[in-house]
Amino acid sequence: MKTPKILSLFFVLLMFSCGENEEKKQESSKVKLKTTEKKAEVKKTTTKPSETIDLTNKGVGPISSITLNAEIDQAMAANGKEIYKKMCTACHRATKKFIGPPPVGILEKRTPEWIMNMILNPDGMVKNDPLAKKLLMEFNGSPMANQNLSQEEARAVLEYFRTL
Amino acid sequence: MKNTFKISLGFLMIAVAITSCNNGNSSKSKGALSSSAAEKVYIAPGEHDEFYAFLSGGFSGQLAVYGLPSGRLFKVIPVFSVDAEKAYGFNEETKPMLNTSHGFIPWGDSHHPDMSQTNGELDGRWIFINENNTPRIARIDLTTFETVEILEIPNTAGNHSSSYVTDNTEYVIAGTRFSIPIPQRDMPIKDYKGNFKGTLSFIKVDPESGEMNLKFQILMPGFNYDKAHPGRGKSHGWFFYTTYNTEEAHTLLEVNASQNDKDFIAAINWKKIEAYVNNGGGKKMAANYAHNVYDESTHSATSTMKKEVIMVDPADVPGAIYFLPTPKSPHGCDIDPSGEYIVASGKLSSNLTIHSFTKMLDAIENEKFAGDAYGIPILNFEDILAGVVEQAGLGPLHTEFDGEGNAYTSFFISSEVVKWKLGTWEVIDRKNTYYSVGHVMIPGGNSQKPYGKYLLALNKITKDRYLPTGPEVTQSAQLYDITGGKMELLLDFPTIGEPHYAAAIPADLIKSKSKKLYKLEENKHPYAALTDDDTKVVRNGNEVHIYMTTIRSHFNPDNIEGIKVGDKVYFHVTNLEQDYDVPHGIAMIGAQTSELLIMPGQTETFIWYPKLVGVWPFYCTDFCSALHQEMQGYVRVSPKDSDIELSWGLGDDDE
Repeated sequence: MKTPKILSLFFVLLMFSCGENEEKKQESSKVKLKTTEKKAEVKKTTTKPSETIDLTNKGVGPISSITLNAEIDQAMAANGKEIYKKMCTACHRATKKFIGPPPVGILEKRTPEWIMNMILNPDGMVKNDPLAKKLLMEFNGSPMANQNLSQEEARAVLEYFRTL
Repeated sequence: MKNTFKISLGFLMIAVAITSCNNGNSSKSKGALSSSAAEKVYIAPGEHDEFYAFLSGGFSGQLAVYGLPSGRLFKVIPVFSVDAEKAYGFNEETKPMLNTSHGFIPWGDSHHPDMSQTNGELDGRWIFINENNTPRIARIDLTTFETVEILEIPNTAGNHSSSYVTDNTEYVIAGTRFSIPIPQRDMPIKDYKGNFKGTLSFIKVDPESGEMNLKFQILMPGFNYDKAHPGRGKSHGWFFYTTYNTEEAHTLLEVNASQNDKDFIAAINWKKIEAYVNNGGGKKMAANYAHNVYDESTHSATSTMKKEVIMVDPADVPGAIYFLPTPKSPHGCDIDPSGEYIVASGKLSSNLTIHSFTKMLDAIENEKFAGDAYGIPILNFEDILAGVVEQAGLGPLHTEFDGEGNAYTSFFISSEVVKWKLGTWEVIDRKNTYYSVGHVMIPGGNSQKPYGKYLLALNKITKDRYLPTGPEVTQSAQLYDITGGKMELLLDFPTIGEPHYAAAIPADLIKSKSKKLYKLEENKHPYAALTDDDTKVVRNGNEVHIYMTTIRSHFNPDNIEGIKVGDKVYFHVTNLEQDYDVPHGIAMIGAQTSELLIMPGQTETFIWYPKLVGVWPFYCTDFCSALHQEMQGYVRVSPKDSDIELSWGLGDDDE
């Protein structure tokens, strides 16, 4: 006598939980829709870290001050392009978002020092530069890899960015 | 009643505590239990040890890297055995390292690490280690801590009296423990005596690259050549090998090789033989032995079969080899830092025999010979004896030196290390080991410049020393402070496999040279993909080559289609990271091999034979970043006759 009771209770529970699951599924897809809508709204009102313009922050790292000549050094830029191709394209595309943000137009948003420090000291930047910290979150927590460029190489990459 | 009982129990406990305290204070040092010992081996979190110690892994075939005084294990360097963790012997790049004249051998028995020297001092460039079973010598580079070269030793069996290094790393030597027919041939075992031979091998080391070349072998009588050490300083230019089984027994050696009262130490004037060979001496003899070299720029090893060796008959170089009579099947053959004393541990004797190099030269000059063995002159025991350490213990094996006139000998049977004084031969101190110590090691203790400070005893048996782990329990190392008059046991720690010999060096001499990564621009691997532009999948018949890259946290490509059942799929994976300590791994479901573990800038390859239709994942095996769990990919496997074209990609990668 006892066993059938328990069994039937079990079946009831099973049915119940199945039903619940289905409900949840529907709910979660609803929720998803809602967040997408929300995101779209947010887009209109606040600026993403990658779109923020900050031309005073020099970042954290070995570069405190550099001057850019008005004219682009084409030889240096060509060298920079080569280095960029070898060391950066695993995560960056020149003109569109990939794993990380594209470098196109970066000099309109960041100081040259900030850019070089991001290349040369990504770990330190993510720890100590508020904007770099936010960027990490915007890009899914995917860390910028330190590719151990020399200052000279980072400078050449910067020159290449000016040509984009 | 209850209370009274409790109280008296309390008293009893206090009493016990006091008694045991007293015991602790009055008895000998309790090792790591005493607070000062604990302080001496404590390395605070984040701080570095004072010494690197390299312990042979014995039947594990590897070499373990520890810190001293902490006893912390940093790395197990794969040398003679495959290592699935590091893909050593599994990936296509390192398989040739384990090639031999017998084909691919996945296992080895590593014994005696010895470090390169300059002017008789450790220079921290390379460490050599011998393999006993399939006779080989390996060289490990101390900038990468990787095995970079393995040389097979022909005409040798049981490569045990190896791999010791001369004052300027002119040679690393090897010697046969088992004598055999040379060249090998089909003959009755009972005809051993007079027909079997032993070889001693002199391997020239290139002073720049470190590359090894078997310069010559000496064809010796059919004894067992057990241990060896080079002369130091004044005896530089000589090599000393202990022998046993001078009876030339071929069965029940336990009894039959213990008949003679004395065996020999073979003293080899290698400079003289080198000059003879340089002048065209020695006979070229056909041979077949593997020389395997790992190239750091291609990240790949190659194996070359060598076909010839120069064999030297001692009869052709008179005055180059002598036998020093030495009691009772000597094992260890250790030379003090001055090069004067040759310490022999007759393992069936309770005394240590010490020969004098100066007296040996005198006897040779005056041609005071007691006879000869197969034409090799035998000196008189009394003429060359410097002294005897009387009744020092049971079963002496090995001796090291502290550079302050003291020697430390291990006694296997009585499980102890005995400290004694060179010149006076008096025993100064003795300490138990737990248990059955084999080798002992002092940093630099077999060079002209020992660093002293610590002695490491390498024990064969631990029984009850650690938490039991079933029938098989760990072997161990024990660290003693030797700065005072009395040795003090500080620490014991478990080891991998069996720790035979070891070598240690001040960390400051090598840690700054330790490589952090491989530069991508120096990567010359033929299948490397050095940028994302190089990634591709190429079919050649049923062979498919995937040129893949990894960087935090994706593979490129990560979606591959057009693979078919019956294909042989090569994954050539390049780690594009150029930052310290960012390896990536890769494993493919169903691949009958190990994972790869790829250091920054390195390319490695595994082969996968897809057998089942479906979509099969691969993933990164080494937690590389916060997005490690996202680091994965898929391969679509279609039926053998499918006409799906190869395609591959990563994201919406349309630039």
